[in-house]
Amino acid sequence: MRNKKWYDYMWIWAIIYFSVSFFNILFAWLGMIDFLIPVIVAVIGGNKWFCNNMCGRGQLFRVLGKNCKLSRNKPAPKWLSSNGFRYGFMAFFFLMFGNMVYQTYLVAAGAKSLRQVVKLFWTFKVPFRWAYSAGSAPSWVAQYSFGLYSLMVTSTLIGLIVMVFYKPRTWCSFCPMGTLTQGVCKIKEK
Amino acid sequence: MRKANVNEKRCVACGECVYTCPKGAVNIKNGCFAVVDKTICVGCGLCAMACPADCIKIWEGEQNEK
Repeated sequence: MRNKKWYDYMWIWAIIYFSVSFFNILFAWLGMIDFLIPVIVAVIGGNKWFCNNMCGRGQLFRVLGKNCKLSRNKPAPKWLSSNGFRYGFMAFFFLMFGNMVYQTYLVAAGAKSLRQVVKLFWTFKVPFRWAYSAGSAPSWVAQYSFGLYSLMVTSTLIGLIVMVFYKPRTWCSFCPMGTLTQGVCKIKEK
Repeated sequence: MRKANVNEKRCVACGECVYTCPKGAVNIKNGCFAVVDKTICVGCGLCAMACPADCIKIWEGEQNEK
């Protein structure tokens, strides 16, 4: 194993992100860093440097699964890392992301009012009123925060579940951002 | 000598093998798949154990999974 670098501690950033946003949902916007940097790196650099070295989520699963021994460390079913499932899950994930952006637009246009809930697994609504005080930001900004936080928490929960049952970083094998950036890299490589 | 063999078609290029390898023998080639430097690899199998896509096998010489 190589020497530890500063970016080996990004798992702390992941914990900070989830805790701070838990109390003030507007911080959820910082999650856009996790969406933009990997794509920028893949498009410009043609590599997965972010996934490989910097992803706080992946590191968190490694720390919990490997170092804290919370993972069974068994091979995951092959279909979980098959191209069909990976690209299918990516399509579903970004469809839901698009829906979230659309909901934000509806709130911005005044067609819908702000809903202070965090939706887990795209299904279960959890009231989240403490995290936002009305008027502290435009309502569409808050709506996007709730949406993005829902997405981030949901993906982390899925990641934690597969971490416990299979290998620590099983989430990475079907992470939509990982699939997307690998796809970009493969296109660039051709 | 036993070496790590990567199934490039199934590799997700997450980089866990690169992180785990005690010899620094693995690299992610342009974000596409992991490449093992067979001259450095000692066939310890740590990468195969860490691989979340289960696409690294420790085999004698050059063999590829069908």
